[in-house]
Amino acid sequence: MIAFLIKRTLQAMVVMFVISLISFSIQDNLGDPLRELVGVSVSEVEREKLRDDLGLNDPFLVQYGRFAANALHGDLGTSYFFKEPALDVILKKLPATLELVFGATLIIVVLSVPLGVYSAIKPGSLLSRLVMGLSIVGISIPVFLTAIGLIYLFSIELGWMPSYGRGETSSLLGWDSGLFTGDGLHHLILPSFTLASIMLPLFIRLIRAEMMEVLQSEYVKFAWAKGISPWRIYFVHALKNTMLPVITVGGVQIGTMVAYTILTETVFQWPGMGFLFLEAVNRVDTPLIVAYLIVVGAIFVVTNTLVDLIYGLVNPTVKLAGGK
Amino acid sequence: MALLEVNNLEVSFGLRSGGVKALRDINFKLDRGERIGVVGESGAGKSVLGFSILNLISNPGSITGGEILFEGKNLSKLSAGELRSVRGNRISMIFQDPMMTLNPVLTVGEQMIECLMAHRKIRKEDARNIALQKLKQVYIPSPETRLDQYPHELSGGMRQRIVIAIGLLMDPDIIIADEPTTALDVTIQAEIMELMLELCERNNVALILITHDLGVVSQVTQRTIVMYAGRIIEQGPTKEIINDAQHPYTQGLMNALPQMAVPGARLNQIRGAMPPLQRIPTGCAFNPRCDYVTETCKHNLPGFTESGSCLVACHMVAEMKREAAQAASLAQEVQS
Ligand SMILES: Nc1ncnc2c1ncn2[C@@H]1O[C@H](COP(=O)(O)OP(=O)(O)OP(=O)(O)O)[C@@H](O)[C@H]1O
Ligand code: SF4
Ligand SMILES: [Mg+2]
Repeated sequence: MIAFLIKRTLQAMVVMFVISLISFSIQDNLGDPLRELVGVSVSEVEREKLRDDLGLNDPFLVQYGRFAANALHGDLGTSYFFKEPALDVILKKLPATLELVFGATLIIVVLSVPLGVYSAIKPGSLLSRLVMGLSIVGISIPVFLTAIGLIYLFSIELGWMPSYGRGETSSLLGWDSGLFTGDGLHHLILPSFTLASIMLPLFIRLIRAEMMEVLQSEYVKFAWAKGISPWRIYFVHALKNTMLPVITVGGVQIGTMVAYTILTETVFQWPGMGFLFLEAVNRVDTPLIVAYLIVVGAIFVVTNTLVDLIYGLVNPTVKLAGGK
Repeated sequence: MALLEVNNLEVSFGLRSGGVKALRDINFKLDRGERIGVVGESGAGKSVLGFSILNLISNPGSITGGEILFEGKNLSKLSAGELRSVRGNRISMIFQDPMMTLNPVLTVGEQMIECLMAHRKIRKEDARNIALQKLKQVYIPSPETRLDQYPHELSGGMRQRIVIAIGLLMDPDIIIADEPTTALDVTIQAEIMELMLELCERNNVALILITHDLGVVSQVTQRTIVMYAGRIIEQGPTKEIINDAQHPYTQGLMNALPQMAVPGARLNQIRGAMPPLQRIPTGCAFNPRCDYVTETCKHNLPGFTESGSCLVACHMVAEMKREAAQAASLAQEVQS
């Protein structure tokens, strides 16, 4: 266990180093921050002086070294637009994004497991074929169309759901969240479904495919030969083996979903990191962009480590302590 | 009444696309405590026969004819619930590869206890005790620890012992063992086979032993069924079949045994290969490979001829019997 954690921490450090290098180096390609920082009235000489002051004229490695040293102290630069530390700006928006990812994950888990399992057990049934058909359709519809469709139906036509914003939030243990108010939850529903709509069909199909394979296995056949109940065979013998690969894939996908929030948040004007990121790109707020990339990278690394940890705990054939 | 009686069993695969018959005209009986061997080349239908008894043929296969009478009840007509109360309880199965038969994510104990609790109303602790006792019967060292271990922590031989213990949990009437030692290390094959023989004898369990190994058949079983291309082509007392096989195919199997070969010479494999189910020749299915083939063999399916205590499906054997009978009656006429 200790060995596992040390190994993963080292891996995480390497990954974070690469991410920081990449995100830092792309800032050169994002346009001139000075244009945003100062108005047109500033002369070229003054601009050049400002560049020197900001260190923008130093060699790349010097700039990166300075950036990395600061980053290690939690300083990812100051947002040009907000005039605040970029990391703080991002982290303030993190809860909203995490709520959205949480809502979508919940929807995916609650729907994909029963639907995937059912369509594996009864592949020929009407419901299974309907689910499979719809999942193909679901995969091919772009997120913004789903969002617009949902807003049109549930907000405009039916008037059941708010069409934008995060609603009322309340604070619990310093976490400012919409999860604890009725209004907040109400606002969360449509964006969560939108975000879930990308991954849900994939998960249903993945679970179904894995489950069907497991149901063909010798040990499931042996379980039938033992005369135990179908319920136990499906949900104890088969499901556990089905979920092992799904957990691995799922963990990666949850990380990916953080990136997908950009679209969902923009359509629903959800005040999260993704929305902020898009604004930052428009304003060429380089420190904010870099900070966003690094935070998202960190979330990736953390979820992947957690997933591996969970996988190791669920799968008895994996020993966390030992290397392969 | 025989314990198990299989009458005209027919099993087909893929009914939708025309379908092929994997088993036809299967007839045999098994008495209480009797041990019967099922032999034949790969693809003959031995496993399908084993699975069909417990109605475990998976899609797209199904039993399309005949009956399987267990204590007079037709197993292929039972409801799902009734079938479950037979599976693992009165008739249990042992599979070929113990690496694949046990569920990797459940402990040995869980996999044993669930079987007991499915068939009996007992408390978990009691089930655990029975499981422990069965593990002792199959000579598992430190059985208490094994119960809480996962399959991957155990060796192949150990796992097969556990599978056998699971098969014995409910003191069944019949065990169907499908090549129970093929996947194991050669050094422990004999050990496991002896264990099975001992347990069947001690508990008066009937055994259907599916195997490639005629040596094992002669050690363990009292009767033998020889299968070819989905049919039984010879059956009778193991001794007779081993010492004096009548059917050319059985003779071929015997001659192919390494013990039969002249040292240094090549093994006497039967020439050719068994046809796939879709292309079984008319008449006797063995005719393209048979040294005694005649025109009749190519057109007419041979019926069963009694020879000693065996039933043999071969025109030549029938012919020889007829000639022998004629000769005998001729001799009688001459005498009288
Ligand atoms: N699920 C299936 N679908 C289609 N055909 C099958 C299926 N299972 C078995 N068969 C067919 O049934 C025939 C008999 O197979 P079976 O597994 O019983 O052979 P076997 O005698 O046990 O051979 P082996 O010694 O290799 O185990 C094979 O020719 C195979 O093509
Ligand atoms: S019936 Fe003919 S072909 Fe078939 S085994 Fe007998 S002799 Fe050979
Ligand atoms: Mg087989």
